[in-house]
Amino acid sequence: MDYMRKLLAAAVIAVPAVSGAAYAQNVKIGSVLSLTGPASFLGDPEVKTLQLYIDRINKAGGLLGKKIEFINYDDASDAAKANAFTKRLIDDDKVDVIIGGSTTGSTMSMVPLVEKAEMPFISLAGAVVIIEPVKKWVFKTPHTDRMAAEKIFIDMKKRGLTKIALISESSGFGQSGRKESIAAAPKYGIEIIMDETYALKDTDMTPQLTKVKNNPAVQAILVFGLGQGPAIVNKNYAQLGMKVPNYHGPGVCAKEFIALSGDAANGVRLPCAALLVADNLPANDPQKKVVTEYIKSYTEANKADVSTFGGCALDGLMIWVEAVKRAGSFDKAKVRDEIEKTKNLAGTAGVVNMSANDHLGLDLSAFRLLEIKKGNWTLTE
Amino acid sequence: MAQFLQFVFSGITVGATYALAALGFSIIYNASGIINFAQGEFMMIGGMAAVFLAAAGIPLPLAIVLAVCIVALTGLIIEKLMIEPARDAEIVSIIIITIGISMILRGLVEVFLGKANHALPSFSGEKPLAVLGATILPQSLWVLGVSTLLVVVLGFFFGRTRTGKAMLAASYNRLAAQLVGVNTNSVLLLSFILSATIGAIGGILIAPIATTSYDAGLMLGLKGFVAATLGGLGNGLGAVVGGLFLGLFEAMTAGYISSAYKDAAPFILILLILTFRPQGVFGAKQTDRV
Repeated sequence: MDYMRKLLAAAVIAVPAVSGAAYAQNVKIGSVLSLTGPASFLGDPEVKTLQLYIDRINKAGGLLGKKIEFINYDDASDAAKANAFTKRLIDDDKVDVIIGGSTTGSTMSMVPLVEKAEMPFISLAGAVVIIEPVKKWVFKTPHTDRMAAEKIFIDMKKRGLTKIALISESSGFGQSGRKESIAAAPKYGIEIIMDETYALKDTDMTPQLTKVKNNPAVQAILVFGLGQGPAIVNKNYAQLGMKVPNYHGPGVCAKEFIALSGDAANGVRLPCAALLVADNLPANDPQKKVVTEYIKSYTEANKADVSTFGGCALDGLMIWVEAVKRAGSFDKAKVRDEIEKTKNLAGTAGVVNMSANDHLGLDLSAFRLLEIKKGNWTLTE
Repeated sequence: MAQFLQFVFSGITVGATYALAALGFSIIYNASGIINFAQGEFMMIGGMAAVFLAAAGIPLPLAIVLAVCIVALTGLIIEKLMIEPARDAEIVSIIIITIGISMILRGLVEVFLGKANHALPSFSGEKPLAVLGATILPQSLWVLGVSTLLVVVLGFFFGRTRTGKAMLAASYNRLAAQLVGVNTNSVLLLSFILSATIGAIGGILIAPIATTSYDAGLMLGLKGFVAATLGGLGNGLGAVVGGLFLGLFEAMTAGYISSAYKDAAPFILILLILTFRPQGVFGAKQTDRV
């Protein structure tokens, strides 16, 4: 007890001294991620990835001779909290860049603050609204739901499937996917002739699928959801003995999806990042090196499978690090200009080519259309 | 016809899970007037425990028995540590305590078993059975069969055994029950163990169909509560009928009207019931003699 008290006293004295010194020489990355709450499956791998790679940069001597200090807040999947923490990052912590916003909601609540403070901001959330219209200080790394829908429609068109049934989850991700699918469909000559939904925790979708099955015009189904719902759709699809091609959105690009679906996963097609099929990529693929290295580092450090979400955090960090190196300084305006000039940066989500009107920098080639065969991902292209 | 039958199968499978949740609500309500909002968490822990025990290499039947025991023990500990000390508080306070308990249980499972979704292997394979052009999974038959069995056993327990009758007596009038020699504290303890056990059995039965995760209890608890209220709180038969009706109503709404309206269905039902028949379809009308 006495020892503890001394330790505590020492810490109280030492802390201001250390952080005082830190102000002089460290560069600071701030982040607001959803470590708890419904979006924690995003924030958890994101923070682990950032911590892992920032430690690694520091061990190798830091960035431009300075150590990186990582300041992270948990918004508990609550956009209002994300806004408050962003204020703190800007006003109190005086960070040099903000990475994060695990969800679109959090990100959008942070945008006005970073724009006003002229703070480089790299979001890790999905929706297109983050970068459309372009905002001067806001960038993002993950593909958009629109791109996922487009990738799927191109494959459907190729196989002559033009009349489809859309089955989407009635909460955030599913509804964004539904909206983007409906918007993108006409461009590819796809007609959505049935539009069904299910709730996040539903345990049986046979009524929806029975209706789809009994509509002879339906040539394929497209399921947009997260978590266990899409797996239950697969099981019900098998139960009803359905045969039409079965497509899914990118929200289920994880081994868990195959494990939950069992045999019913076989034959499912879905667009996923290259990260998922690192072993199957040809040696000359520009992403081969970065994804293989990331998978190795992350699984070694965390004893857990990689996810595309953590990969997006790595991409965000690398985009900023490279921009700082090119700018040769931490000056926010200079770094922002360099981020916008990012070219041919092979990240885990794809090869990034940004410009003044594209603050995402990915094209459809970043998505790989996969088919699940014998319980494993395979490339279709 | 085949389409209608398919909707019926969907409805009774989902409805049976609601009924199992509603039964757990009824038992504790019967014994104490408490609505236990941790009932869904009992189901979730049952499913999660079975999944993790089975994954650890324990044969499925043994894993299931162990999981039920774990949940029964959880029910016992919760009653002893959190409900019994607050026994003299108002019912509403205890109900709020159960909401807290549900959050604690959910948090503990999240921290120790993780956030992933899990599926338990089906008890008798995944090959669907075809009936008149519609299909039903063997696991659904398990859910229906065991639910029926539980209702019969519970009916016998409350109607024919001394302990069961003592529990009912304690719920009608705690003081009077004490006066005639009923140990009301052990009645409350027993009701928690019993409803935890039933919750666990329900959670395990549906885990192969619905999959399970740390937050699966939220939906089960909510729908179970709606089903119990529909049928009349504290009425075993009412819980089952309420559950099945709710499941069928949802399936028919999704099938014949629109899946977009399906989630509104339970809330429309509960509004109608509370307005026109607050004691539930099977609940006896309460009269106070002055």
